[in-house]
Amino acid sequence: MEVKIKSMKHENFKDNEYIDNLVEQLRAGGTNIIVGKLDQLMNWGVSNSLWPLCFGTSCCAIEFMCLGAARYDMARYGFEVARNSPRQADYIMCQGTINYRMAPALKRLYEQMAEPKYVIACGSCTVSGGPFKNSYCVVKGVDEIIPVDVYLPGCPPRPEAFFYALMQLQRKIKVQKYFGGVNRKEKLEGIKYDSEAMKETK
Amino acid sequence: MAEIQDKITKLCPQAQVDTTGEFPLVTVPDAQWHDLARALKTQLHYDVLSAVVGMEWPDAFGCMYYLTNTSTHELLHVKVTAPARENPRLHTVCDLWPVANFQEREVYDFYGIVFIGHPDMRRMFLRNDWVGYPLRKDYDPASNPLRLEDETNEDYTCRWVEDENGNVKKVDGKVFEDDEYVVNVGPQHPSTHGVMRYRASLDGETVKKIDVVSGYIHRGIEKMCESLTYPQMLLYTERMDYMAAHINRHCMCMCVEKALGLEVPRRAELIRLMMDELMRLSSHLLSYGCLTMDQGATTAFFYGFRERELIYDIFDRTCGARMSMSYSTIGGVVADVHEDFIKDVRNACDVIEKALKEYHKLFTGNVIAVNRMTGVGILSKEDAIAYDITGPSGRASGWHCDVRKTNPYSLYNEFDFDEITYENGDSMDRYMVRMKEMEQCIKILRQACDKLEAEGIQGEYIAPKVPKVMKLPAGHWYQQVEASRGAFGVYIESDGNTKPVRVHFQSPCFNLIGVVDLTCRDNLIADLITITASLDFVIPDIDR
Repeated sequence: MEVKIKSMKHENFKDNEYIDNLVEQLRAGGTNIIVGKLDQLMNWGVSNSLWPLCFGTSCCAIEFMCLGAARYDMARYGFEVARNSPRQADYIMCQGTINYRMAPALKRLYEQMAEPKYVIACGSCTVSGGPFKNSYCVVKGVDEIIPVDVYLPGCPPRPEAFFYALMQLQRKIKVQKYFGGVNRKEKLEGIKYDSEAMKETK
Repeated sequence: MAEIQDKITKLCPQAQVDTTGEFPLVTVPDAQWHDLARALKTQLHYDVLSAVVGMEWPDAFGCMYYLTNTSTHELLHVKVTAPARENPRLHTVCDLWPVANFQEREVYDFYGIVFIGHPDMRRMFLRNDWVGYPLRKDYDPASNPLRLEDETNEDYTCRWVEDENGNVKKVDGKVFEDDEYVVNVGPQHPSTHGVMRYRASLDGETVKKIDVVSGYIHRGIEKMCESLTYPQMLLYTERMDYMAAHINRHCMCMCVEKALGLEVPRRAELIRLMMDELMRLSSHLLSYGCLTMDQGATTAFFYGFRERELIYDIFDRTCGARMSMSYSTIGGVVADVHEDFIKDVRNACDVIEKALKEYHKLFTGNVIAVNRMTGVGILSKEDAIAYDITGPSGRASGWHCDVRKTNPYSLYNEFDFDEITYENGDSMDRYMVRMKEMEQCIKILRQACDKLEAEGIQGEYIAPKVPKVMKLPAGHWYQQVEASRGAFGVYIESDGNTKPVRVHFQSPCFNLIGVVDLTCRDNLIADLITITASLDFVIPDIDR
């Protein structure tokens, strides 16, 4: 099934197989028409008004600021209202290295955010530790602390790459089952979707 | 050199002076160090303590102190060794140079060297439940796994005092008194420009004391550099102060080139200089944007960023990346500039020159801006020197500290530009220095464009062949440059192998946090935002 978002055509994405598999797994047991329609409505709203949390530790944050400024202007896609409080934010774009001192603070920020919440690991440092992998105090990827929805490599990624990551997130949101509890399960246990897990939730 | 040798041996007979290196090296026992330090400061005008480098030699711990003479701009370094290897201790100099307060805390954090007489001997960057000292050669990384429980607040501090008989004992103290009202700002706060934390003690709305808690982006770059070859290390220089990426990398390259005795082709040096100035322009535009946004002028932020994109485009076309360009290499630059480089730079200069007038019209004269910045966060010239506040913030206090003028490096002495200084040292002056400095950047860039056009031919030789794995001769080197936020220094100690024994980065922003307490005291808590924005520090540069 094609997942449609307003900002980018389906065939322009490079990894459609992944989203097709995800849709297939999610829809394996069929969908109740009422719950399905409700989900669609919710997802339409959530995916088009994603508000980020201002959370930048280093270089990637500067590129994120460029994203908010006039040339790249992320307001076009509904990502614009950067919130300073985690309680008002929809997703946390983790920009920059996370070290041992910051790790508990990041975890707390994530826990303070209201559901539905998403995480984008932005830049090599947050994906895997990047150039600081051998350091004595750097977390080797934020997925050790919080579940990650989209990984965005680069050091720092270009603004175009930021958009690609944000649109991937939009697609993921478009197919989520808000009333099925499946996404919550992934969040809680940090496991990938598989049909076994699907059966258990039914 | 010989003159200095005589003067120092007269001041302290136990000191040995070695004048064979690039700067005179004084070796002094710890017992005489404090007296010599006082004499160096009061009699020989070594007013500025540029860097304190913690060291571990095979047989002992110790420190290297880099002192700068404010009248002659000469550098002197002093080597002090701790008497005992177990429980190493040195005498503090933070009563003479207040900048040593944070510098010595950093050394304590990394090496566990205790400074006798230091008023606040706490860790600087690492968690307060950290085990061991990470920059020691025998440190085991497994001793500190990732801990997700919250850190406890550091309410207690300690001092080490020495009595007349030389016995040292630990005295506990408190960071804040029991009846003080302490407000926490950060680490996640929009106005801290990154992850920085202040604990502010308030009396009503007035700030009484600020305790800066740093280290939320400490990555241990100095330790990592010890296991890398010299070309590999260049990468990290760009990720400290990312708003001075070219400049920091240039500094590191110059330091290694100095050690190897390598000559850089003139065209490459000219290109590096132009990149440095473009970087400075970009950095000041960002600081304009952030300062205005912190005071509520969101539109001004967009204007600043609009012009920055022009500079990003120049970097993108020549270096292939918008940020973290990796352009300079040891011996020259990676590749020649893009064919439209000069055209682009000239265009950017014209546009930004026009835009600057617009900025002044928009923000500088604005009554809110004037009221919020004038007379707020005053830093006197004496304090700027004592805390080693270089760069635009130091020049706003009237201190002539531009390394491009005092110790000209690269090709700066061929260029005609002014060092901008102001007198008052308040937030307004710090802001104005940056605005005026941008005009000077444009002036330098235009001259450089002419030079590059007149001298160079496209595709000319831009870097000598250097081996990928290079060995530096045994010894130590120090190089300073004027980065966007002040004097940035690189210290390398080599034992003749392909990897360094010790690398230290003296970052300008680290000194800037030293004056947050001083400048914010007796101001309103809302002014904390204005003052820190006008000091304009980059957090990863502080923490490294």
